[in-house]
Amino acid sequence: MLTEIQKRLLAEVADLKAAPKGAYNIRSDGESAARNTTENINIVTKTDKPGIDIIIKPGTKGEDVHIPVIISRDGYQETVYNDFFIGEDADVTIIAGCGIHSTGCELTEHSGVHTFYVGKNAKVKYIEKHYGEGEGTGERVMNPSTVIVMEENSYMEMETAQIRGVDSTYRSTKATLGDKAVLKIGEKIMTHGRQSATTDFEVDLNGVDCGCHVVSRSVAKDDSKQLFISCMNGNNRCHGHTECDAIIMDNGNVAAVPKVNANNVEASLIHEAAIGKIAGEQLIKLMTLGLTEKEAEERIVNGFIS
Amino acid sequence: MLELQNISYNAEDENGKKEILKNVSLKVNDRFVAITGPNGSGKSTLAKVIAGIYTPSSGRIILDGEDITDLNITERARHGISFAFQQPVRFKGITVKDMIKMAANKEISVAQCCDYLSEVGLCARDYIDREINASLSGGELKRIEIAMIIARGTKLSIFDEPEAGIDLWSFNNLINVFEKMHEIIKGTILIISHQERILNIADKIIVVADGEIQNIGTRDEVLPDILSSAGTCHVLTDKM
Ligand SMILES: Nc1ncnc2c1ncn2[C@@H]1O[C@H](COP(=O)(O)OP(=O)(O)OP(=O)(O)O)[C@@H](O)[C@H]1O
Ligand SMILES: [Mg+2]
Repeated sequence: MLTEIQKRLLAEVADLKAAPKGAYNIRSDGESAARNTTENINIVTKTDKPGIDIIIKPGTKGEDVHIPVIISRDGYQETVYNDFFIGEDADVTIIAGCGIHSTGCELTEHSGVHTFYVGKNAKVKYIEKHYGEGEGTGERVMNPSTVIVMEENSYMEMETAQIRGVDSTYRSTKATLGDKAVLKIGEKIMTHGRQSATTDFEVDLNGVDCGCHVVSRSVAKDDSKQLFISCMNGNNRCHGHTECDAIIMDNGNVAAVPKVNANNVEASLIHEAAIGKIAGEQLIKLMTLGLTEKEAEERIVNGFIS
Repeated sequence: MLELQNISYNAEDENGKKEILKNVSLKVNDRFVAITGPNGSGKSTLAKVIAGIYTPSSGRIILDGEDITDLNITERARHGISFAFQQPVRFKGITVKDMIKMAANKEISVAQCCDYLSEVGLCARDYIDREINASLSGGELKRIEIAMIIARGTKLSIFDEPEAGIDLWSFNNLINVFEKMHEIIKGTILIISHQERILNIADKIIVVADGEIQNIGTRDEVLPDILSSAGTCHVLTDKM
């Protein structure tokens, strides 16, 4: 049985009110609290280290997999390895996420290492949310690490969000793309207080006509700090695009360190970064509609990262 | 009724102080009032002073007998002033529907939202969920800006060059929009424009030149002057 806190965490990170349909694995304070497999999707506990293997049969269409992690025990720290094997021609949605509720003064941490093997012609949508809450003074730390290996003509869309309650995060994503593989990543991060967040993308565009598109939108409020690092290696005829768009408020700080590295004359790589405070004319426009300056600010920020 | 009493506005630039509006006084209480004049004469500045975006260096602004000079932008908006910008603002992540709802300042149905968009000639279904970002064309943005003012429905609506970027086909509709707006709201519509066809529907025309009111009067009094005066005529034809 899940407690009220656990239920709320699940709702925050996975939009789940009841047990989901289809395959799922709910990990709570290091234990598998619930699991379901389907004919096409198997979930197996690893024997050599903490974590699971998610095995999706070739040709599986339209199924979802939920693998939320919730931690409600103060001071609990874990590193979990989840490997996804996505069969050829499959078309699936994977919803992951981690919620920490802490009330004490100890550091609570979750480090999830997710590795995706995306088979030929397969299509994956991967959604990941990170969320923290509780009155505790102990730091809530999440260090998600994602490794993506894409085979020929595969397609993956990754949506990742961290809006509240995580004090420190180091988010690493490393991808290798085969021929005609396409990877799209959308990241939304908001930090406040003294939080810090680093995201680090490294993409090897190895296959002919492969492509990667990274869009990062972030808001840094109060005294928080964010660092955006990206490195695109164009090793073939390919296209790569990274876009880092950030709003800073109060004493917030955002740095973008892009690297585009073309090793092939047919590689086309673009990086764009725009960092600044909310445009004065945006505030003015909303104020002429009758919003106060504070309300206007909230609307602009919420729209930006929603 | 809107009354400006001896409004002056100075801006600082690299050459020091610059007088942009010089002792402007006027009263408007008509249906359609057009403000025209050469580029850089101070028309948009005047509109921004009325909307509360710029604070005048001297003078008072009276709306329906109440001195609103010290009210900020938000308070003036709530007192019934709407302002469609010459250059509409783009927002990442805010949709057309969000904006129209904010403008209407109440929960409105998708159908109502669509009605406002149809009025400005946009096929609503294609637009309501689009973000007001760089993907919208200049003309589309201008139309959405106008739809927002219709949704607000306040007693004083100011449009800064609403026709700019709007194609000829829609131009007549634009005039219908203003006429319909007046029918419903019965307020004053103040339009900054260089277009003779807009000046033609105005009950009152104000000509601003070099930060001052050069001429003010009914269409019949002012329009012949504008059309015969070489300088202003030049501006008019340039814009058309
Ligand atoms: N903030 C400012 N600082 C300095 N100069 C300004 C500022 N705002 C406006 N101006 C100047 O004031 C003058 C009037 O500008 P305004 O935008 O009101 O002109 P306008 O009549 O609306 O012109 P247009 O027909 O081109 O739209 C211009 O010379 C402009 O450069
Ligand atoms: Mg202007």
